[in-house]
Amino acid sequence: MTTPVQISHDLLGAIGGVPRPEGDVVVDARDVNKYFGRLHVLKDVCLQVRRQETVVIIGPSGSGKTTFIRCVNHLEKIQSGRIFVNGHLIGYRESGDGKKLVEDKEKNIARQRQEIGMVFQRFNLFPHMTALENIIEAPIQVRGVDHDEAVAVGRALLERVGLAAKEKAYPNQLSGGQQQRIAIARALAMKPALMLFDEPTSALDPEMIGEVLEVMKELAREGMTMIVVSHEMGFAREVANRVVMMDEGTVVEEGTPDQVFSHPTQERTKTFLSKIL
Amino acid sequence: MTLSVLRRYGTRRAVLAGFLPLLVLAVAGCSSSRGASVSIDPNIFLNAIIHPDGPIINGLYLTIFVSIIAQLIGVTLGIFAALGKMAKFPLFRIIANLYIWFFRGTPLLVQLAFLFYGIQSAHLLAWPTIELFGFTVTQEVLAGTIILGVNEGAYMAEIVRAGILSIDPGQNEAAKSLGMNYAQTMRRIVLPQAARVIMPPLGNEFNNMLKNTSLLMVLGTYELYNTFASKAGLAYQWFEFMGACCVWYLILTTIWGFAQAWIERRFSKGTTSSSGGPSWRDRIFGGRRSDAGEEIAVLGGH
Ligand SMILES: Nc1ncnc2c1ncn2[C@@H]1O[C@H](COP(=O)(O)OP(=O)(O)O)[C@@H](O)[C@H]1O
Ligand SMILES: [Mg+2]
Repeated sequence: MTTPVQISHDLLGAIGGVPRPEGDVVVDARDVNKYFGRLHVLKDVCLQVRRQETVVIIGPSGSGKTTFIRCVNHLEKIQSGRIFVNGHLIGYRESGDGKKLVEDKEKNIARQRQEIGMVFQRFNLFPHMTALENIIEAPIQVRGVDHDEAVAVGRALLERVGLAAKEKAYPNQLSGGQQQRIAIARALAMKPALMLFDEPTSALDPEMIGEVLEVMKELAREGMTMIVVSHEMGFAREVANRVVMMDEGTVVEEGTPDQVFSHPTQERTKTFLSKIL
Repeated sequence: MTLSVLRRYGTRRAVLAGFLPLLVLAVAGCSSSRGASVSIDPNIFLNAIIHPDGPIINGLYLTIFVSIIAQLIGVTLGIFAALGKMAKFPLFRIIANLYIWFFRGTPLLVQLAFLFYGIQSAHLLAWPTIELFGFTVTQEVLAGTIILGVNEGAYMAEIVRAGILSIDPGQNEAAKSLGMNYAQTMRRIVLPQAARVIMPPLGNEFNNMLKNTSLLMVLGTYELYNTFASKAGLAYQWFEFMGACCVWYLILTTIWGFAQAWIERRFSKGTTSSSGGPSWRDRIFGGRRSDAGEEIAVLGGH
């Protein structure tokens, strides 16, 4: 086992511009294979994400984008390969001979997930809790943060996503865009080292997409490490360091937004882009 | 005519409407036109309701006490059995399934006899008599309450399981992604939401529980039914005492009906935007919603 990498991730005070050392890899996925029964959904997928990088994953529906980012916080099991986050093997430990993976204990998996924030397509806010309660739930229950402190941090996060006035609102009293911003705040309250977004704006009415993307752009500028599944070109061009094109469970092409969007080299990328543009 | 009345007002209201004339008949002590004269003493009936004596009051308390404790045991066991049924480990699933299979598959009356007389006569276990908050709980009451509770747990298990399964899996995933473990996810996220789904059938279960306590008679405890049965047997006034006994059960279940409606309305507040729970009139008198499951639960019980 490697020694735990200690990272400071005080998000509220985070500033961009920290030099990014070559070896500072947050996500390191190596030859990941995933099956649903006999369906081979991820085929030798490799992806590295460095600290403070924003990687946008695009690709046709059913190509395995959702499955891949769910593997990164072990919401899905993998059949072979390795996923490391901050140097820790996610969801598994190596068995004696180092050849086989054994699923890790629930406690360890839960601890790893604390460092990885996730934002879902359908928000998944807790409907029986107010906006503020949604945000302070995990810090109090999981991290053992003192209630008053959690509330202070929660209010600051609400302010940040522009919803300070909505702390007492229940999710069903909020618009989709507002719910998604609360969901982002809820994930940030755990001060994660990595944020995963699975098509965060695709369930939203068009007029609400902007407000959610704004929050995400700001997050990227502040230096959050993010993997974003999204087809929002404007967002990708503005903040993505890299765009990854997936198709049929494989990474087809990867490069800067300009490379992938304006000068794609692969036929499948060209075909896909012609459909969504 | 009758059919259209049923359709319009629902079965429960019709049953209630049919019962009232019967009561009037009993109170009036009408004589029948043929054969031996009908002998009904309305005073005995009325006294047992309006001026209940010590034994009746005690029987009433015992019925309420046993029902509440047994239901609490049932809900607790039901939650664990439901989680066991859905557990990853096969052993937990097997234990939960065996438990549910046995207690749903045998009559409550037989369970009471088996687990009280059976276990004691085989010297497997002696049910103790205990002191609780200054009250003496006899071994019969203790055993009866626990057996009723364990039996109820098997029924609650299915209700709780259905409640948990009704919750969007996304809730579970959101909780997990925040680093919550299984216990935290269940306790804080899934069960509180499932509670709203569980409340209406739980209310019906408690209605059944109030009535099922009468089976404790086989253990010789003086709950409501046995109290009235012994009075009726002594005086040979079964009509009057059992009529009064019915009224007492009706009082209990009707009060519970109001309480249930109130609880459900509170539960649906804040978290759902629309409608709220069923009105108390619908709850008590069997509203116009011809929801099949609900009617079956009311009429069939278990
Ligand atoms: N829980 C599941 N069980 C079985 N098949 C699944 C499941 N989830 C996804 N799939 C299949 O895996 C493939 C990849 O799905 P997904 O990762 O959701 O793709 P994307 O997010 O790129 O649209 C699809 O063929 C989909 O039908
Ligand atoms: Mg998807």
